[in-house]
Amino acid sequence: MRALSRQVAVRPRHDLDRGLARDVALICGAYALVGGSFGAIAVGAGLPVWAPVLLSVVVFSGASQFLLVALLTGGGGVVPAVLACLLVNTRHLPYGFAIGDALGPGWPRRLVGSHLLVDESVVFALARRDEGRARAAFWACGLSLFVAWNVGVLAGAFAGAAVPDTDAFGLDAAFPAVLLALIMPALRDSPTRRAALAGAALAAVAAPVLPAGLPVVLALAGLLAGRTVRPRGAAEPGPRQAVRGTDGAVPGPVDER
Amino acid sequence: MTGTSTLLVAIAVLAVGTYACRVAGPLLRARVTLPEQVERLTGRATVVLLAAVAATSTLIVDHGFAGPARLVGVVVGGLLAWRRAPFAAVVLAAAGTTAALRACGVT
Repeated sequence: MRALSRQVAVRPRHDLDRGLARDVALICGAYALVGGSFGAIAVGAGLPVWAPVLLSVVVFSGASQFLLVALLTGGGGVVPAVLACLLVNTRHLPYGFAIGDALGPGWPRRLVGSHLLVDESVVFALARRDEGRARAAFWACGLSLFVAWNVGVLAGAFAGAAVPDTDAFGLDAAFPAVLLALIMPALRDSPTRRAALAGAALAAVAAPVLPAGLPVVLALAGLLAGRTVRPRGAAEPGPRQAVRGTDGAVPGPVDER
Repeated sequence: MTGTSTLLVAIAVLAVGTYACRVAGPLLRARVTLPEQVERLTGRATVVLLAAVAATSTLIVDHGFAGPARLVGVVVGGLLAWRRAPFAAVVLAAAGTTAALRACGVT
């Protein structure tokens, strides 16, 4: 049992390819910079230095962190602020159901790994073909991002006004592009693409009027558009298969590069 | 300004709620094996959620349009991704395009 668990623990190291390390390093750099601006904005808005730092360690979810600081320092009530942020984070629930197995076996790994579920680590795991590589990608991405984000926030909270405006580097365009690049292989499956396009359109239309977080949840209605019209029983490739390809026929943008 | 204890409680509630959302799936999956169809649906649901996150974070800031610079950058990145360009090229092209547009005065 012990030997087995040790084997499992060692396996991700072998699966760590250079392409993965490079891609993760790229996102980590962007994360650290945005974390820096988060720390600086939070302290600049009047919060004590410990607040953004603690928030980043225990919540570790950029969008909800920016929202909480904006709502708390904007003069709104604390209860609606926290509720709005929880709403933004409800998307982690289906994430966990979808890639829970990529965390690996055993309670400790599942309990710790759950905290590392963020858009990027989820999409990295989803884009890998076999389970070993999906797991390696999830942990490499999740742990690195956790470190990069928190170091960035800590530095930003102390550096304050010295932190440059990350929008000038176009980092706000980099994050949606990261998600697009990694879901692209799944989008080559037609029902998945229909569902994703319908969901994204719904969310974009709803976003100006609904509170933050709700539009993304609403996007799940797009799944209705992904229902196939072909006869029951006909083979329908799921997103997982589409992402992972058949015999490597449709390699993902991150796989094997 | 929000008091220290209020701030601590707010952070604690958000942390616990967020962790509860995250841990539910992995814990459930440790106990039951999901049927193939449910498996397929959760995978597709994740892609839909990620697409929605990408769309809203491309287009919207504070309930308004985020501006053409960001949109053009993401579209350039998306086109490269569609043409199977390497991941780093996609990300750097998106950020670079938006940065260049902003340097030229586009918002």
